[in-house]
Amino acid sequence: MTITAPSIDQHIAALRPKLIAFARLQLRDSAAAEDTVQDTLIIALEKHDSFAGRSAFETWVFGILKNKILERIRYERRYLSWQDSDQNDEDSFENLFQENGRWQPASKPQSWGEPDEILENASFWKLLDTCLLVLPDNIARVFTMRELMGLTTQEICEALSLSDSNCWVMLHRARLKLRSCIEKGWLT
Amino acid sequence: MIMCREATRLMSLKQDRALSFRENTMLRFHLSMCGACRACARQFDLLHKIGEHHPSTPKESTENGGHYEPR
Repeated sequence: MTITAPSIDQHIAALRPKLIAFARLQLRDSAAAEDTVQDTLIIALEKHDSFAGRSAFETWVFGILKNKILERIRYERRYLSWQDSDQNDEDSFENLFQENGRWQPASKPQSWGEPDEILENASFWKLLDTCLLVLPDNIARVFTMRELMGLTTQEICEALSLSDSNCWVMLHRARLKLRSCIEKGWLT
Repeated sequence: MIMCREATRLMSLKQDRALSFRENTMLRFHLSMCGACRACARQFDLLHKIGEHHPSTPKESTENGGHYEPR
């Protein structure tokens, strides 16, 4: 059985919107996302001859994109401003719990239903993207590096010059804020 | 004994590194008594799966459609 392979141009054109969506969630800036995807596609076009079909083409291009995103994050960390913490952020985090460390009655987590069904539901993904975009920049960045790019906390700390414990604090905060935002949208 | 805030810290940490025996025991004990934290733990697990399932990340497709065949 012979399947005619689509041309490299067609493959890339089809992939571009997904790459942009991914980069935008990670970089939180449309222009930066476009630039990074542009650089990625140039490399993909130049090097696709050396790509020997070891893995799915899409996975290969995403690998290039992830490296480009990481390069950009390192650059921004070095030359642009990075706010380590923010007072409002601190406040809303503490508001989830009472002074004795128990949940505030209004913030108590509820069941969202069957995980497998949630992951199949398109409105969950829309809600997740919205909630990621309203998270404060710094904690959103650490969270997406961990959970969308699949980096280890060590790799994240190295790229952002954070201590391990600082990284864990930010991930904890991101997860709490994200779950609270999703729950508000999901159960109403 | 730990309270909910500390329990959520351990649940989050568990997604990023292995917990120590002591941390794990404290967390499990708290979860056995607290339904809200059990719901929270399931949500953190779900958030840990988004990378594999997000619509904008590559699918590890075994169908030929996902592959580009170099000439």
